[in-house]
Amino acid sequence: MLDDPAVALTILVLALFVGFEVIAKVPPLLHTPLMSGSNAISGITIVGALLAAGHEERTLSTVLGFVAIVVATINVVGGFLVTNRMLAMFKRKRDRP
Amino acid sequence: MSDQIVQFAYLLAAVLFILGLHNLSSPRTAPRGNMMAAVGMLIAIVATLLVTGVVDYWIILAGVVVGSAIGAVLALRIQMTAMPQMVALLNGFGGAASTLVASAELLRYMRRAESPEGIVPIAIVLGVLIGGVTFTGSLIAFAKLQEMMRGAPITYRGQQFVNALLGLGAVALCVGVVLDPFDMPVFSGLVAMSLLLGVLLVIPIGGADMPVVISLLNSYSGLAACATGFVLGNSGLVISGSLVGASGIILTKIMCDAMNRSLANVLFGAFGAVDEAAVASGAAAARGTVKGYTPEDAAVIFSNSRSAIVVPGYGMAVAQAQHAVRELADELEKQGVRVKYAIHPVAGRMPGHMNVLLAEADVPYEQLIEMDEINPEFPETDVALVIGANDVVNPDARTEKSSPIYGMPILDVDRAKHVFVLKRSMNPGFAGVQNPLFYNDNTMMVFGDAKDTILKMVEAVRQFR
Repeated sequence: MLDDPAVALTILVLALFVGFEVIAKVPPLLHTPLMSGSNAISGITIVGALLAAGHEERTLSTVLGFVAIVVATINVVGGFLVTNRMLAMFKRKRDRP
Repeated sequence: MSDQIVQFAYLLAAVLFILGLHNLSSPRTAPRGNMMAAVGMLIAIVATLLVTGVVDYWIILAGVVVGSAIGAVLALRIQMTAMPQMVALLNGFGGAASTLVASAELLRYMRRAESPEGIVPIAIVLGVLIGGVTFTGSLIAFAKLQEMMRGAPITYRGQQFVNALLGLGAVALCVGVVLDPFDMPVFSGLVAMSLLLGVLLVIPIGGADMPVVISLLNSYSGLAACATGFVLGNSGLVISGSLVGASGIILTKIMCDAMNRSLANVLFGAFGAVDEAAVASGAAAARGTVKGYTPEDAAVIFSNSRSAIVVPGYGMAVAQAQHAVRELADELEKQGVRVKYAIHPVAGRMPGHMNVLLAEADVPYEQLIEMDEINPEFPETDVALVIGANDVVNPDARTEKSSPIYGMPILDVDRAKHVFVLKRSMNPGFAGVQNPLFYNDNTMMVFGDAKDTILKMVEAVRQFR
């Protein structure tokens, strides 16, 4: 799929531009949730970890894959949960009890 | 065919990530955005498990259960004041995952006795290098923020030379691995070097510069995921990694601009190390005398005011004073005082730190105003209440060319009619710079723990009702 470096680079550059456009619109008010949320997204490495740990042969790469799954899952679960917790606190005046 | 289904699932996940981030543009849509991104992640994970050549589910299940438990406990128990540490730790885990995955892939190539081709070896070294630096760098940032180690910069003679030398060494090791990926001593050397570099690059950076460091490490964790995507030939990882990389880069730039310093200066300047020149210029600025007042004195002024602006800083987080602040604001509003909050971009230890704390204390977010918007309002404001902020309200940044923080955009609190500064003592802030604001005629210093002081103010203000 990404064997062609030109294709891979194209995807990378276009995704960076999309990132800049989208993130620039996030107000400073939400910069902390942005960091924890984007952190959870970078936990996408879990996909690589699943592939590394799940192959039939049990070798050192299985061990590395297992540890990678643990840390990447902490990243994903911790990141999304803590972001959710933070975002629930942002209220308008009329939302206040 | 099945491979195409997985690729399609990754594309869907990437679209959900982008839409999720897009929804972060407003606090009203943000919870939905976070949910969308989480669903995208779930889709990517399930697709990977169902369709690709994964056979050993037990080991995966064990890893996911352990990781979820740790992640959930961390996320639900962490105090809002400790959010910078939490994010630093999560950054570190992201970096570690990338290093591990890139290493595991290299080992699999070796087992199959098949040389990685094209950009794969370059992606492997980048994944290991960036991931490793992110991992240990984040751990050091975590330790500094958690006060497990001194927040002040750790410097030694020839530090930059040593770091430059090690940086060159890392580059040489990268080239070595690319030329011969199966040379294990060289590869191990690269892993060790990246871990060492992460430590050495972050120890000279002071506590007050942590917003920049965390943002930058955030960006690195994304770029490391991106590199891993190239290793696996997985476009989903590349897209998601670049989104996070872009986010971190933008935040890093905003933080640097808010301190009027270059990234290089933040990373290598060891700002906040005890600096003779800074102490000397501080001594010159230490003119006049500081006037100490009681919370009751402040209450008298409050009772004759129409408007107040609260300026929170890291000291508010340390004292856990955000709830007391909200109580004071409520009481003042009951007596007809209009209350707003002025948020400097680098107040606290990470981007947006103060906003989260005040939101936790149920302060409505319409009252949290950004620097550029609120600065014109200070001259018309009766009281500016500075809570544990120092450098971000230092007027020397506007006028005193010799000051280390000259040129930094600040909150113009000195232009308010009265300024209350809540501080534990007269120790200068992290930058080690004296603050002439404390000596101004319209400034009243109230010493003590910020939370105690504010609670006393609430009591005193209540008497005037």
